[in-house]
Amino acid sequence: MAKIRLVRMSAYFGRTRALREINLDIPEFNVTAVIGPSGCGKSTLVRCINRMHETVKDARVEGDVLLDGENIYGPGVDPVQIRRRVGMVFQKPAPFPTMSIQDNVAVGLNLNGLALNRGERAEIVERSLRRAALWNEVKDDLGKPGTSLSGGQQQRLCIARALAVEPEVLLMDEPCSALDPISTAHIEELVLELKSQYTIVIVTHNMQQAARVSDFTAFLLGGVLIEFGDTKQIFTNPERQETEDYITGRFG
Amino acid sequence: MLSPNFGSYAVAPSATAQARTKRRWQRLKMGVPAGELVFDGFTAATALITLSLVVAIVVVLAISAWPALVRFRAGFLVGTEWDPVNEQFGALPFIYGTAVSSLLALLVAAPFGIGVALCLSELAPDWLSNILGFLVELLAAIPSVVYGLWGIFVLGPFLRDAVEPALARYLGFLPLFQGPRVGVSMLSAGAILAVMVVPFISAVCRDVFAAVPDNLREAAFALGATRWEMVRLAVLPYSLSGIVGAIILGLGRALGETIAVAMVIGNRSVISASLFMPSTTLASAIANEFTEATSDIYVAALIELGLVLILVSLLINVTARLMIYKLTAQRFTR
Repeated sequence: MAKIRLVRMSAYFGRTRALREINLDIPEFNVTAVIGPSGCGKSTLVRCINRMHETVKDARVEGDVLLDGENIYGPGVDPVQIRRRVGMVFQKPAPFPTMSIQDNVAVGLNLNGLALNRGERAEIVERSLRRAALWNEVKDDLGKPGTSLSGGQQQRLCIARALAVEPEVLLMDEPCSALDPISTAHIEELVLELKSQYTIVIVTHNMQQAARVSDFTAFLLGGVLIEFGDTKQIFTNPERQETEDYITGRFG
Repeated sequence: MLSPNFGSYAVAPSATAQARTKRRWQRLKMGVPAGELVFDGFTAATALITLSLVVAIVVVLAISAWPALVRFRAGFLVGTEWDPVNEQFGALPFIYGTAVSSLLALLVAAPFGIGVALCLSELAPDWLSNILGFLVELLAAIPSVVYGLWGIFVLGPFLRDAVEPALARYLGFLPLFQGPRVGVSMLSAGAILAVMVVPFISAVCRDVFAAVPDNLREAAFALGATRWEMVRLAVLPYSLSGIVGAIILGLGRALGETIAVAMVIGNRSVISASLFMPSTTLASAIANEFTEATSDIYVAALIELGLVLILVSLLINVTARLMIYKLTAQRFTR
């Protein structure tokens, strides 16, 4: 069943329309990849799902985005609440530089206003770091600054930070583009593990990655959704000529 | 297919680097072009002159203050008696007045300046932020004598008639808020200094906030932070050392401010616990008394006040630098 449903959703930067009337159903407990050439609106699309798009100056969204059937752009919906349900990991890992590893993981808990004692906090930190496959590497250095980790570790720290608040959906905006191949493999394994508990949407410019990790793939071109379907089918037998041209490397 | 291509790419930059070194070497053998020499000489000279100016000022002040220095020694710094007629010069009331009025100013101006900067950089839309920023920085362009006039005719009476009675009523049990209310007071000086210092703090803080990487802001928002939580999580911790720097800059300005303070502080060289009482500062005393200084020792004592002011400012700047250095070293360890 569709966890997220985009209904004739358009996104604008000022007068420029970055996305045009997207209709898309994102299934629950699956990985959905969003692919397409640079500037096609991949990042904008996922940023519309947690209302991050509107934090950019002059940016706005038209149409509906339904999360569990409820329009997140409806009147009276608090974007802050939406973002707590829909976590996000960015292209460049950005741990808070003045915070330790454990504080970075726990930072979202404080935002939710949960009164946790030290034991509960430590437990959530450990669980989140384990889920992000980082626990074994950092368990003895939890007090060290988050920025002391390597790039790949920092990205997993950011994933742990996003998971700590128990979101329902995890959006990943090119999470591996700043990482080396080994760290990339770590993150990809992680995505496959996480999909049993979370609905994941991953933006990637790496088609092999989309093929490896995703169950469904959406292909965007020039702000238009060209094709959406089962990943295997998209990569072996696409319906549209543009999709075939893109995945065979004829452009992009 | 790939490897020869790759190979030539790897060699190419080092080949040009070699050529460049060679060219440089040839140029050296031919002699340095005149333009280089002029540029080097000019920049070095300006740097050296500026540096030696600071040293020269301190030295000249020390020489001119010498008679007072040898006559009063440490007594100058701790003495409270300032009696030119009997040639008694103790500077403690001036040091005290300078410190208290400046601290008072910072106490008000720091939260205000930071608040204004946060509003301009994080809340207001661009067009409003530009207009407001310009207006706030305009405050810094008002001549200080105008501030002094405004202090005498507007701020002083307002404090006397509205603020001080309220303070005395609700906080009157503190010695800080007791005594007669005359309009010229330590409180007036602190208030006027606060207004003068706000634009400095807010301008620097605004630049500091602008330097916070946007991806930290996004990270905070994506975790479900409200705007204030984002500021607390991403903006403030990252800018801490810069904020301290901004406050210190404001302090430097407050310590040295002369004419506006001289116009509103009352110029009475007595240490009083009450902020309602007139006081005096190092800078305002020098400005007020220089024309009356008839004896050599009086002049020397006034110059020693200046020397103290310079050294205090220097000390504060050094402490601030150390503090910033320590803060950044601690919090951003690699």
